[in-house]
Formats: sequence, structure tokens, C-alpha cells
Amino acid sequence: MTQGVLTGSHFVHGDWACAEGAISAGCRFYAAYPITPATEIAERIAARFPRIGGRFIQFEDEIGAIASVIGASYSGLKAMTATSGPGVSLMLENIGLAVMTEAPCVIVNVMRGGPSTGQPTAGAQGDVMQCRWGIHGDAEMIALAPQSVQEMFDLTVEAFNLSEAYRVPVFLMSDANIGHMYERLVIPREGDLETVDRKRPDVPPEEYLPFRADESLVPPMACFGEGYRFYATGLTHDERGYPDMSPEAQDRLLRRLCDKIRRNADRISRYEEIMAEDCDVLVVAYGISARSAATAVRLARDEGIRTGLFRLVTLWPFPDRRLEELSQSVKGVVVSEMNYGQLVREVERAVRPTRVSFVPKLGENPPRPEEILAAVRRLGP
Amino acid sequence: MSAGQVEHSLGDYLRMERLPHIWCQGCGLGIILHCYTEALRELDCDLDRVVTVSGIGCAGRASGYVNTDAFHTTHGRAIPFATGISLANPGLKSVIISGDGDLFAIGGNHLIHAARRNVNMLVICSNNFNYGMTGAQYGPTTPTGTRTPTSPYGSIENPFNLVALVAAAGATLVSRWTVYHGQMLKRAIKRGLEKRGFSFIEVISPCTTGYGRLNRMTGVEMMRQLRDLSRVRKVHPTEATIEPEREIVIGDFVDVERPTYNEVLEGLERRAAE
Repeated sequence: MTQGVLTGSHFVHGDWACAEGAISAGCRFYAAYPITPATEIAERIAARFPRIGGRFIQFEDEIGAIASVIGASYSGLKAMTATSGPGVSLMLENIGLAVMTEAPCVIVNVMRGGPSTGQPTAGAQGDVMQCRWGIHGDAEMIALAPQSVQEMFDLTVEAFNLSEAYRVPVFLMSDANIGHMYERLVIPREGDLETVDRKRPDVPPEEYLPFRADESLVPPMACFGEGYRFYATGLTHDERGYPDMSPEAQDRLLRRLCDKIRRNADRISRYEEIMAEDCDVLVVAYGISARSAATAVRLARDEGIRTGLFRLVTLWPFPDRRLEELSQSVKGVVVSEMNYGQLVREVERAVRPTRVSFVPKLGENPPRPEEILAAVRRLGP
Repeated sequence: MSAGQVEHSLGDYLRMERLPHIWCQGCGLGIILHCYTEALRELDCDLDRVVTVSGIGCAGRASGYVNTDAFHTTHGRAIPFATGISLANPGLKSVIISGDGDLFAIGGNHLIHAARRNVNMLVICSNNFNYGMTGAQYGPTTPTGTRTPTSPYGSIENPFNLVALVAAAGATLVSRWTVYHGQMLKRAIKRGLEKRGFSFIEVISPCTTGYGRLNRMTGVEMMRQLRDLSRVRKVHPTEATIEPEREIVIGDFVDVERPTYNEVLEGLERRAAE
């Protein structure tokens, strides 16, 4: 078990796949606090890391875990934490610090029923707005939503790549169903895996300004101990990293931090379309709910209702433009998610004035295809 | 260097373009910063192997003035941030300069656990008995009965004895000095820089604008009090409580050897590889 990438076919659960995705992406620092239903990720990492030179630590709380992840990231390692909603609630202030100091890192949220302690072992999709808007202040976030054990692996790799490319914290938004579900996982050969590393400074330390970016808006990143002797702060700062309390500094910094994601939204954004260009009713879903939605679309087609699926792979940035395009030719849109109405509002905003029907699902189980089908029937043919 | 300018003796150790610092007249943080940078110089420390980390508050600004890699974290989180550094790059020494509120109120949980794990880092705690930056509210070290803006009738809480708390949590080096005792403080910081393990130095430091003004003491009076009340004594840390107008016990309380977190972790990695 001394290999990094465990190339081959495996029958495993989603949390296991996430841990192996992280290792395959080059993650070598993991800090977390035990929490259902994400604990199995920590258990897998704890077994694997000592043999491959990774550093695992179980912290006294989630706040310490995310703070150490940022410290490790700034020390040159790809770093992650995994938790569930209550843990993310505790981490939010420091996720803001990662945004502000542009620390690449990955935060996995294996979602469970909330608010508060809620239903710890039950899957849910109730934190998809928290990952977008949970931190205080303006920010653009990136969040990915796997629908299978395979995607727990694939999108964990992708989350690391995006975090390194844009120097941002990236969320992987899974849920208890996928985290604990067993499926086939195929891990490719190491050479076939695309991994991205942060851009490094190409100037000597005396010329290095830690927060000066070129037109990509992403500054090259020096790490502790490399001789650059830089300073970074959660305060609003200038290109040298020094605090600057002027209105201009706030305007300049926040625009750059947000625009580095906004300008690349089309490049970051990922979605899957099934018969979406030839339909009267478009079903929008993500994560585990999208599997029910795919079945519902097939059943509707069998009944003669021209139905298509739009599956969000990235929740954020949200693919407004593509949804707007698709909505031009449909009679209605059905949204199903495991909450009482979150991303459906984004969909409504994007497809206005097209009619949107919402199928909420609360309490452990994903929506049944029949529930989505019933909503499709009401809108079509 | 243009004619007429005097070269600062610690110019290589400070970010001169960031000075003057933001601290008030009579504040002890300048002395702490001076002792820290002098300690770095006298040990001829490789500045590329030191990371200065701080939390939030007046003391939190210290990291921004030191010419090492430095990071100004969120409130209370300097220690777990530094734990991440220590694990990710064991060759780096983290020095945390922060205040009593940052380290013992909002960050108290991290402090005791880092001491328990014996993570290799030096924590310098400026204890000024109040939250200086927000306007002198009472905190975890404020003596009982002290009037502050959030304890206008006198604080009703018992203060922490910092050295006893950290010693009990397992720190391998624990000292207390005051900003009046610059030479001793510098020597303690040097020991902490050379120590492999969790080291803690409490530095009693006057907040003239906050605590001093509210208790009708000038900066000079506060310094005089540190001189007159402090005694170097060998006592068990639990006996070194701090009470107004009473003797302040200063000196070294703990200096023991224990494997660091990284040393234990490296042993685990060797076992796992077999």
C-alpha cells in the first residue's frame, strides 16, 4: 500500500474514493475533526498517509483543522479537510481567510440533514447555498457536486486542480448517500491523471510581490521557507501583502479576487446535458438527486413527453447563460434537490420567465423518479 | 542609505518600510518585538527557517513587522495555523506573537492541544489583562473586580493563571517575564527559539491607553509597578497567580524534554512503512 495512485478497479464507498482522489491529486496534508458522514475519509487517509509521506492530524475542532490546512498550504503542500454541515459552519471564518490570502485548499462537505445536529446519518443537499454565501464579505466560490462513487474520485482531483489553478478554497459537495454508497471505482494510471500545481514565482525574492497578479489575476505563490520572506494577512492588503485600509485598496482587491473566478466562469463551470436541446420539459438536478432525475427523464420519454436533463457538475459558478439558452425552447423546467428550495431560486433567476416547478425532498432519501416524473407530467407535453 | 539617516541596528530583522508601528506610547509590544528580533540576531537565526504567526488584536500586528515569512491569521487561530506549518515543513520554526485574549479566550482550545501534542513552536503571549484593540474590555486574564467598559461594576470572573494552565497542558518550556525585564525576556526567547517542542513565554505588558487609563495609571507608573512587584522565584506554576498590587512571580517554571509531535509522527511513519 505504498503507492500513491491505486490504479485499477475497486468496489468501494464514496468516502474511500474521495480519499484516494485526494491522494491521486497530490494531496499530502489532511486535517479534520471526526463527523458523520465524512469520518471514513479521515480513516482512509489516516491509514494511507504514513506510508506515502502525507501528514494527517485529527484536530480538536473543525476551526483548528481548516486553520492548519491553510498553514500547510502556505508551506507548500496540497491540503484538504473533510466534514459535514456543522463542521463547515465552524470553518467559515477561516474559509474566508483562505479566500482573502488566496490559499489553495479543498473542503469536502459530505452533507447531512440540518440545521443544527439535524439527521447526522441522513443525506441532504441543504448546504449548497452555505458553500456559496456562508463566509462574510464578497467572494466567488467554486463548488463541485459528485453523483457517484466514481465522481467522488474524479471531482476530488478536479477540486484540487481548480484550487491550485485559481488559488482558492474549493468545495466538494457530496452527501451521506454517496459518501456511504458502494460502487465500482476505476482509478486511472498515474500518467493519465491530469493534475495542476500552483503557479510559482519566476522572480528573485527581492522583486517578488506576493499579491501582484498578471492578466490571469492569479498571483504566483511562494511558500514559507523558500526565502521570499513575504507577509500575508486576512486584512485588506496591497500587492506587497501589507494592510491597506483605503477604500481604493478594498475596491481593487475584491474586484481581483472575484474577477479571477468570474472571468473564468465558463472554463470552470461543468454540466452534463442529456437530450436537453430537444425537449419541452427540462429537469435540473445535481448530485444523488440527478440519478433519480435521469431515470425520470427516461420514463417521461417512454410516455412521449420530450424531456431532457441538465445536471450541474459545478454548482458554483452557476451556469446561468447555458440554462437561459436552453430555457428559450422549453415549456417548463423541473428542479429537484434534497432541500426545501435552494438552487431552484438560481434556476428561476436564470430561466425567467419560463415556468419552474420544484420537487423538494427532505429526509434522507433522494427523490424517487416517480415524484420528478409527476412534476414533468404537469408541465408537459 | 542616504546621508543623515541612521541605520537601525535591527534593520535586517524588521520590515523597515512598515515602521513606525501602530502601537500606543507606553505599550509593551515594541519591547517584545525588540527582544524577539534581538534574539533572532544574537542566535544568528536563518530567517528563512522562521515563520512569525499572529492572531488578531494589537499583538496580532507584530507578525507584520518582522522580516521573516509571516502570516496574520484570524482571531485565535495562529496556533493551529502554525501546527499546519510544523507538520508540512518540519524544518521551519513557527513563532507566535499574540495577546492573552487571542490565545486564551477565543484560541484557548488550540493552545492546550498544541501543548499536549508538543508541536514544535514558540508562543510569546503579551498579557496586558484586557482586549486593547477593541477598547479595554475585560478578558480571560483580567483580575477580579477590575472595571472595564464591559465590566463597569468590576469584573466578576476569575482570571486564568497562564503559566499554570500551559504547564498543566504539557508544554516543555514555560516562562513568565515582563517588558521591564528586557534582557531576561530576550534570553527566554532565545531558549524558546532553540527548544524543540512547545514553548510558552508569558510577557506581562502594560496597556496604557486601555487598562492603564481606566485604572488611573500612567505608562511610567505601570512600568514602575512591573519593576517593584516582580520577583524571580522558583515556585510551582499554580502558585504564581497574579493579583493586583501583589507580588508577580517571574522566571522559568518548566523546562523538560519530551518527543515533539513530529518526532513521534516520524516514528509512526517508520513503523507504517515496515
